[in-house]
Amino acid sequence: MPQTEVTLTPDKWIDNYADYLFNYAVVRVNNSDLAKDLVQETFFAGLKSAKNFQGKSTERTWLVSILKRKVIDHYRKINSKKGQAEVRMNFYSDGENEGSWLEERVPQSWDNASEKTIENEELRSQIDVCIDNLPDKYGMVFRMKTIQEFETEEICKELDISASNLWVIIHRARTQLRKCMEDNWFNN
Amino acid sequence: MFKKFILTCDEATTICDKNQYGEATFLEKVKLNLHFLSCRICFKYTKQNMKLTKIYKSHSKSCKSLKHCMSEEDKLALKEQLKNIKV
Repeated sequence: MPQTEVTLTPDKWIDNYADYLFNYAVVRVNNSDLAKDLVQETFFAGLKSAKNFQGKSTERTWLVSILKRKVIDHYRKINSKKGQAEVRMNFYSDGENEGSWLEERVPQSWDNASEKTIENEELRSQIDVCIDNLPDKYGMVFRMKTIQEFETEEICKELDISASNLWVIIHRARTQLRKCMEDNWFNN
Repeated sequence: MFKKFILTCDEATTICDKNQYGEATFLEKVKLNLHFLSCRICFKYTKQNMKLTKIYKSHSKSCKSLKHCMSEEDKLALKEQLKNIKV
């Protein structure tokens, strides 16, 4: 059975795949300028390594695999960013109280929670503001897991992190988000 | 031997957060509930966390329904750039 060989047609890349790749990137990095850059880099890299394309996968799959690398590179970059202000955590990190709530971080009662949980535009934009306030890598992992609802396994594979690492990040993101929502929404 | 079952608040809330996605193990849930017996703060955290999960979920729904496309301008610019690379 003759196998139809897949060949690359770079002239049509943008018409055929730009939207797909762009959406793929935005969903992961949540920033359209950055997503644009990643897509651009993907096309450039694809062009440069076109001769290595073996025709075993479709053109799109091949381009996505390049973009995946770019997303991991981006994650590594924000993960290792020096000087990224270590946000004050919610628990004592050493001493005999290690792992207990910091006094000023103890969850407060939300007296008006019922009226405050009615969904509306305002609530949604407050959530976005709070997520944007998280350190980049927490925001990225939280969004992928909670907003885009990726499987744990998939995030671990895509960002090359372990599951326990993912849960620690989710935990830090959620405790900080809770505090932000408490200060700016529930008890403001 | 009971030490294995004692969690710090940091660990307990980590399990609670994991549980929001339905991914905590049975043993973890047992430990978490034991922790609640002696810790009202984490119990409160958990209750609030469930509320937050609900509002994140509805937020998720509206975010996921968005399809992101590249603007035509950007595509044109990108085409130009790709052309320049090839020659």
